[in-house]
Amino acid sequence: MSTRRDFLRRAVAGSAAAASCAVVPPAAARGNAERSPEALGLLFDSTLCIGCKACVTACKDVNDLPLDISTRPESPWDTPVDTTARTYNVIKVFRDGKATQKDAETDGFAFMKASCLHCVDPSCVSACPVSAMTKDPVTGIVGYDPDACIGCRYCVAACPFGIPKYDYQSATGEIGKCELCRHRLPEGKYSACAEVCPTGATLYGKVDELMAEARRRLALKPGEITRFPRGNLSTGDQPSWEGAAANYVQHVYGETEVGGTQMIKLAAVPFEKLGHKPLPDESFSSKSETLQHTLYGGLVLPLVALGAMTWFAKRHIGDHDADDGGDQ
Amino acid sequence: MSAHVHASPAPVGGRLLSPATFVCAVLILAALAVLAIRFSAGLGAVTNLNDGYPWGIWVVADVVIGSAFACGGFSVAMLVYIFNKGEYHPLVRPALLASLFGYTLAGVGVIFDLGRYWNFWHILWPGYASPNSVMFEVAACISLYILVMWLEFSPAVFEKFGMKNARRRVGKAMFFLIGLGTVLPMMHQSSLGSLLVVFGTQIHPLWQTMALPAIFLISAITIGYAVVLFESCLAAAGYRRKIEMHLLTPLAKVMLGMLGVFLVLRFGDLLVRGALGHAFEANLQSVMFWLETACFIAPLALLRSVEQRRNPARLFSAGALLMLGGSLLRINAFLVGYDTGEGWSYFPSVPELLVTIGMFAIEVLGYIVITRRFPVLPREDHAAPAAAH
Repeated sequence: MSTRRDFLRRAVAGSAAAASCAVVPPAAARGNAERSPEALGLLFDSTLCIGCKACVTACKDVNDLPLDISTRPESPWDTPVDTTARTYNVIKVFRDGKATQKDAETDGFAFMKASCLHCVDPSCVSACPVSAMTKDPVTGIVGYDPDACIGCRYCVAACPFGIPKYDYQSATGEIGKCELCRHRLPEGKYSACAEVCPTGATLYGKVDELMAEARRRLALKPGEITRFPRGNLSTGDQPSWEGAAANYVQHVYGETEVGGTQMIKLAAVPFEKLGHKPLPDESFSSKSETLQHTLYGGLVLPLVALGAMTWFAKRHIGDHDADDGGDQ
Repeated sequence: MSAHVHASPAPVGGRLLSPATFVCAVLILAALAVLAIRFSAGLGAVTNLNDGYPWGIWVVADVVIGSAFACGGFSVAMLVYIFNKGEYHPLVRPALLASLFGYTLAGVGVIFDLGRYWNFWHILWPGYASPNSVMFEVAACISLYILVMWLEFSPAVFEKFGMKNARRRVGKAMFFLIGLGTVLPMMHQSSLGSLLVVFGTQIHPLWQTMALPAIFLISAITIGYAVVLFESCLAAAGYRRKIEMHLLTPLAKVMLGMLGVFLVLRFGDLLVRGALGHAFEANLQSVMFWLETACFIAPLALLRSVEQRRNPARLFSAGALLMLGGSLLRINAFLVGYDTGEGWSYFPSVPELLVTIGMFAIEVLGYIVITRRFPVLPREDHAAPAAAH
C-alpha cells in the first residue's frame, strides 16, 4: 500500500512540475509595443491610385531586384502578380462585375498596394530566432539581414499579411521584403515608391503626420475639393494637387490592426474586398512573448522543475541502477 | 523502496544484413540523392514549399512529429526515476536509444530544411540569438537535450568497450542527467506547440489556443508510452523474443491515464474557448479534427480491460493509433489548420516524401544495428518474472 501512496504523492508533485511548465498564469503580460514618435511610414490612399505601377518599377530599380515571373510568356517585362523574394511591392486590382466604376463595390474596380506594413509590434521580428529581422528603435523600419538569417522561414509563416517571402529557386535563398528604402535614407532620399507616385496615392512621412492626414481625408465630405500632398509629407518636396475627396470607408487600416502598422491605408471599397482580413487589435507577438516570458522569465520555472526532478532522480536512481553497472 | 532484479542488457546478436536492413539502406540512399539536389539547386527544386506554406513535412514530420515519437525515453525515465516505478527499468535503455536516434535525426533534419543552414550556429550565439523567439527556445533546448541523451546512453557504449572508469564517472552524474533529461523535453515539447501562437488567426480555432504548450506536452508524453508499446511489440516480433507483457500491460494503463488527461485538457480547452462548434462545420478542418480525435479515443476502447491490455495485438494497435493521433494533431495544427490567404496550397512532393521516409529508415536501421551489437535490450535467457509487481 505504501508504494501506491508514494506513487500518488509523486504523481501529484510531478504533475505540478509539469503543469508549472505548461499552464500559463497571465502574470507578465507584456501588451502591444508602443510606436516610436519618430516612426516613418507610408500612407496608401486606394482612391488616388491609378494603377500605373510606377512604384513597382521604381522599387525593383532602387533595390537592384532581378527579373521575376511573367504571367504571359511573350511579355517582354516581368509582371509579378504578388510580392515575392524578388519583388517587394505590387499593385493589385479588385474587380467586380463589369468593373467600369473606380472605387465602386459593385461593377467597380479599385487598386491596393501590397508591401510590408512595418508593424509596430511585428510578428516576424518576434518569430526570428537569430535577430535577422529587426525593428529599428527610432524609425520603426522592419529590416532584414541575410548574413544573420538561417533561412528557417518562421517569419514567412508568422506574418499575418504574408509579406516576408523566401527564394526557393536559389540554393542560398534569402528572405525578401520591403525595408522602406532604408538604404536610401543616408543619401537624404526616401521610399522610391512614394517618390515616383504621380498622384500621391503612396505618401511617405512620419507616421504621426500620415495618421493626421488620413484622419483629415476621412473627415472630408465625398466630392469636397481638397489638396492632396505628394512625395514626402514631412518635407513637402513635391507640389500638391487639387482634387475631389472620395467616399471613404471610415477606417484607417493599420491604425489598430495587430497593434498598429506604420504603413496605413485608406480606401472607398471595404478592406476585406481588397484582400485585407479583419485582424484583432492585440498583436500576436505580444501573445507569444507573454507566453514565453511567463514560462521562461528568469528561467525560474525551468530551474524549479529541474531541482524537483533532480531530487527525485537522486533519491530513486540507486534503487534501479545498482544492477546496471555495480557502481552505485 | 524495493529493489527490482532485472535481466541486464545484452546485445541481441545475429546477422546485420537482412531484407529489412537492405530496404532501409536503399531508402536512405534515395533520400541522400534527393538531398544532393536540394543542396545544389535549392528547396524549390525538390519540395512543393511556397510562400503560403513555407513549412512542409520536413519541419512537421521530420522535426515536430519525429521528436514527439522520440519521447519514449523521456516518458519512461520519468516513470522509473521520478515516480519510482522501478519495474519498468528494463524499458529505459531501448526507449532511450530510440529517443536518442529520433532527436538526433530531428536535429539533422532541421539542417535539410534551413535555407541558410551555414548560419545555423547563430541560433545559439549571443548577439544573434533572440530569446523572444519561440524557435530559439526550441533550438536551444533540443540541442542541449541531444547532448544529455548521448551522455545518458553512454554507459551502454562504455560497457561494450569495457571502459569501467568512464562508466563509473557518468554513473555518478546520472541523477543530474536524468533530471535534465526530463525537464528539457518538457520545455521544448511544449514550445513546439507555442511556435504556433505567433501565427495568430492564421491557425484555425480548433488548434489555435494559449493551451497549445500544454496540449503538445501532454500528447508527447502519451505518445512516448505509445511508442514504447509499439516498439516493444515490433522488436519482439522482429527478433522472435518474448514480449515483456508483465511490463507492457501496466504501462498501457499509465498510457491510458495520460491519454485521459490529454482528452480532458483538449476538449476542456475547446469548450472554454467556445471553439467546439467549428468541429461541426462542413470542411476539411472538421473532418481532420474528428479523424485526429478518433485516433486518440480508439485506444480507450481497445484497451479498456486488463484482458485486453494483455493482448499484444491490441497493445500494438493502440500504440500505433496513438502515434497516428499525435501525428494528426501536429499535421492539423501546422498544415491543415494553417491558412495564410487565398490561392495557396501545399501537398508534399515525392522527393520530399522520400527524404522523410529515408529519415525514418535511418532510425529503423540504426535501431537494428545497435540492438544487435550493443547491450540495450534485456538479456533473453533470463526468466521473466511471472507476474507484474
